[in-house]
Amino acid sequence: MEQQHESCKLGLWLFLMTEVLLFGGLFCFYAVYRSWHPETFARASRELNVTLGAVNTVVLIISSITVALAIRCIQLNKVKQCMAYLVATIFFAGVFMVVKLVFEYPEKFAHGTLPGKYFTAGQLEGTNPHIFFGVYFGMTGLHGLHVLIGMGLLLWILIRCKKGHFSPQYYYPVELTGLYWHLVDLIWIFLFPLLYLI
Amino acid sequence: MNTIPEINYLNHPKGLWSWLSTVDHKRIGIMYLILIMIAFGAGGFYAMMLRLELMSAGQQFLTPEAYNQAFTLHGAIMVFLFIIPSVPASLGNFVLPLMLGTKDVAFPRLNLASWYVYSTGAILIIASIFIGKIDTGWTFYAPYSTLPDATGGVQWQIVTVTAGIFIVGFSTIFTGLNFVVTIHKMRAPGLTWSRLPLFVWGIYATSLIQILATPVIGITLVLLILENIWNIGIFNPAYGGDPVLFQHFFWFYSHPAVYIMILPGMAIMSELIAVHCHRKIFGYFPIALSSVAIAMLAFVVWGHHMFVSGQSEYASLVFSFLTFFVAIPSAIKIFNWVTTMFGGSIAFTTPLLYAIAFLTLFTIGGLTGIHLGTLSVDVHLHSTYFVVAHFHYVMMGGAVMAFLGGLHHWWPKMFGVMYSEFFAKIAWFFIFVGFNATFFTQFFLGYQGMPRRYHDYSDFLSTSIFESLHGFSSFGAMLLGIGFLIMIFYLIHSLFEGEPAGDNPWGGLSFEWQTTSPPPTHNFIHDPVYVHGPYDYDKIIPEVTYDPMDTSKDRGMRY
Repeated sequence: MEQQHESCKLGLWLFLMTEVLLFGGLFCFYAVYRSWHPETFARASRELNVTLGAVNTVVLIISSITVALAIRCIQLNKVKQCMAYLVATIFFAGVFMVVKLVFEYPEKFAHGTLPGKYFTAGQLEGTNPHIFFGVYFGMTGLHGLHVLIGMGLLLWILIRCKKGHFSPQYYYPVELTGLYWHLVDLIWIFLFPLLYLI
Repeated sequence: MNTIPEINYLNHPKGLWSWLSTVDHKRIGIMYLILIMIAFGAGGFYAMMLRLELMSAGQQFLTPEAYNQAFTLHGAIMVFLFIIPSVPASLGNFVLPLMLGTKDVAFPRLNLASWYVYSTGAILIIASIFIGKIDTGWTFYAPYSTLPDATGGVQWQIVTVTAGIFIVGFSTIFTGLNFVVTIHKMRAPGLTWSRLPLFVWGIYATSLIQILATPVIGITLVLLILENIWNIGIFNPAYGGDPVLFQHFFWFYSHPAVYIMILPGMAIMSELIAVHCHRKIFGYFPIALSSVAIAMLAFVVWGHHMFVSGQSEYASLVFSFLTFFVAIPSAIKIFNWVTTMFGGSIAFTTPLLYAIAFLTLFTIGGLTGIHLGTLSVDVHLHSTYFVVAHFHYVMMGGAVMAFLGGLHHWWPKMFGVMYSEFFAKIAWFFIFVGFNATFFTQFFLGYQGMPRRYHDYSDFLSTSIFESLHGFSSFGAMLLGIGFLIMIFYLIHSLFEGEPAGDNPWGGLSFEWQTTSPPPTHNFIHDPVYVHGPYDYDKIIPEVTYDPMDTSKDRGMRY
């Protein structure tokens, strides 16, 4: 059992490395274009709403705390509390998605600050602000997709928890899902300053 | 008298659904083998189209547009559906747990999932052929792959084929992940890293590259799809993008990918040489660690595909310099294998014939890689047939020869039967001669300036020279085709009429030879414990139950 636990953890860490490389490609995209058009990037990033971005950052960090607490609970055989923390995590993930999809994205569509050929907000100076929004939507979009996948995984874990599958002897699906969730959070912690703050 | 065990993994449990829902790594390996061979046939079909068209100057039967699609699909199918999965997914899946003395891989359900993911991706790739023209070359360079099509709409066929490749990439990642965890966590008692067969080391290095490199092609293709559908502008200068960035992203994966193709082949080579020469491997640690060194160096040389793409000369210099280093670990292996054979008891078996083919052909391919890695020379040779010849020598003369050698080496273990040595040797001869006739000629073609991806060569100054060389190359391709047809014939025949092989026809010393042929579903009747090393031919003289030169017994095929 212990060996299976170790194997699964190793397997998940390897998968997380693939995720890092996947997003790494996008970070590379960001770095290259920022180095070519620094003023454009700086100007275009001021179009983003720092407050909402900060709210989302805090929300995700709290969700990471709740998922860690969920793992701790199941280690102590407190099944009901574990479920409560999992619900909280899913809730905060949902808040993140709502802030993004209801408050941030539609505003961009309205202003025309969109990638590539859809860019119609003519008043931004600097060469080719289209690219910044390509980077923005590409990175936050892929990240958002991973948040949704994470919500699905957390929901599945919640259902299994309710059915009584987990105990202090067997809880590593909860642990592994938590690890995935921490990575999703970590990627956002890099995204936020790079896109919103600098 | 060898017999096939009554109950083995092939016939128990029975039924198609038991195969499609299996989590047995051996069955999954066979299922992959079938799909991979079909992919090889499809890629080979396109290759024959190309060679028939190029046989003489002027158009034979392919329009220029059809020709472009033929070389694109030949490349895409061969690279993504055949050669990258070939050894790890089929032979690796089958042999690795057996070699480690364990029951299965670390994540058997993930293994089955990877087969279904591969199949889904393959279906998408094939479907895309019917959606529209795919004529960008397997490298899908922007801007040609991202421009609107003739009616101004999205190139949906490009979106579909790249989505298919993206999905197949996940199958690669799952396999690599599975193998790394299996090798770390599931070795038999006593089997430390320094006692592992070199096949395991090679598969391990391959899996590391698979895990780290494949996500990069993933994101590259996602960006290509986004560019196609929504024109986000990443590769379009009008919106601030850069097409050369696509090349950087693409080759950052595709160069390590070629090491995913060759490292498993090299892994097989160590087994073939040691077992068929009954000789302790010379330089175990150099071979093992050179696999890891190749895996690391693979990631820092991608720019040698882009010497003439407009990148800075300083970057090109650095890439050229680093490219020379990659040759060193490969050369170490070749030297060690040749030295291993010296003083060994060399058996004239088909697997060893393929191993010897590898030694010669991979050396030629590798040395011509040095030609191409030399910056100043590459300026002249880039995009000529010299490049085509180089990579076919390493990919086909290297990886495919090793794959075929491994297939013949483990065929008796997988199916319990021996193939006909007589026809196997004839097929080998056609393949070896045909391969050299086809591709050695192409070095001359490239050196004389014949560009690649050209459907015709009628109006060049050198057309008559090109025509003779192309004609000879196409003739060689037909010999190659005959060789493979003979191979399909005797391999399938062996499944029905082959002589039972016995547990250990070759006298191998690693764990897979200590179980029955074919093995039971759970691999071993008694769990193996490490007693001697996999290459301890200096301490042990194993019994060989199969003599390829013995014509006294009925082999199921009369000759």
